Amino acid sequence: MAQLEPNRPIDGTYVFDWRLSRKGYRLNKLAFSLSRAENRDAFKENEEAYFDRFDLSEEEKDLVRKRDFLGLIRHGTNIYMMLKLGAATGNGLYQMGAQQRGETYQEFLATRNVGSAT
Amino acid sequence: MARIVGGMGTSHVPSVGVAYDRGKMQTPEWQPLYDMFLPVKEWLARIDPTIAIIVYNDHGTDLFFDKYPTFALGAADYYPQGDEGYGPRPLPPVRGDAEFSWHLSEQLVWNEFDLTVCQELAMDHGLLVPMNLCWDHRPDWPIKVVPLQINVLQHPLPTALRCWKLGQALRKAVEAYPKDERVLVIGTGGMSHQLNGERFGFMNENWDQQFLDWIEAEPERVAQMTHQELMEKGGAESVELIMWLTMRGALSPQVKRIDRGYYNPMTTGIALLTLEDAG
Ligand SMILES: [Fe+2]
Repeated sequence: MAQLEPNRPIDGTYVFDWRLSRKGYRLNKLAFSLSRAENRDAFKENEEAYFDRFDLSEEEKDLVRKRDFLGLIRHGTNIYMMLKLGAATGNGLYQMGAQQRGETYQEFLATRNVGSAT
Repeated sequence: MARIVGGMGTSHVPSVGVAYDRGKMQTPEWQPLYDMFLPVKEWLARIDPTIAIIVYNDHGTDLFFDKYPTFALGAADYYPQGDEGYGPRPLPPVRGDAEFSWHLSEQLVWNEFDLTVCQELAMDHGLLVPMNLCWDHRPDWPIKVVPLQINVLQHPLPTALRCWKLGQALRKAVEAYPKDERVLVIGTGGMSHQLNGERFGFMNENWDQQFLDWIEAEPERVAQMTHQELMEKGGAESVELIMWLTMRGALSPQVKRIDRGYYNPMTTGIALLTLEDAG
């Protein structure tokens, strides 16, 4: 039985299906690689050189350069892979979430039940 | 003969691991969660499991989309910790039981559940946070673990119904093991949360409470739900809740509830449900 209904999109939601997984494959491969300390060091040392290992398009490089997390999600970056990119660039989950919502970090925290439970 | 002595559903929120490592579980922010698990520790002491089968998902820690298993079973005597991007946490490796795992894989595959068997598998918060909430890892984990990994990241995911049937097959596989093991089955993940897109931070406590009612008393209702329905109600990442069905499927049709709790401080409904067979 079909599990997804493309004709019933959920607002503000990018379901990580095979289409997005194909589209974001290179970005996801880069992000996944950052779960190794030596790769994080290489990435921080020279981002542009690090991009070359993954054959990124110019558009994909730009999304990473700009830390455009909503753009990365729309381009097929899986959220759990993106967390590694966040870790390597000093952006935690809640910072990336606030940006996706179009809010500042403080604005986002104010929407939470216990905003200090970070 | 091995038998199932209990089932548990619990969320596996990564920030809990951070709070745990920093000794912050009894700060005002985390005390409600700490208190939720006090009766669980008493219950665990009473049912005294020797092995926990933990149904969890990897979060881009060890498994990548180059080859992505729908169901994967750990079959090792030790499981190292993966690196989730911040370096390792101060935890010992998880102790496994390769012989029991291989027995389960044989029974499950012969019963038409075609698992990927992993002789090496690195653990992340999906499995470790529930362990932190249940057991002290010092000087070593007091229990052996079988990790059962389900794809909840890359659609097509296994259906809720399939996860439920896997639980039923898991029960038979456990009961076919000749050694006297006391097995706890833990389903992890959820509850309502969404981490991608403008809908980031979505939670739905009413639905979470309904889910807790249904998974206990009417699990077939959850098993009939599609991923679309689950994501609409609870957020895209709440689809992890299909992993609770594997736990519930491994228990008897009627169950006795021991404890239930809920706390949703930040972006995820964090729940606890403990169950025992009731004939
Ligand atoms: Fe998860």
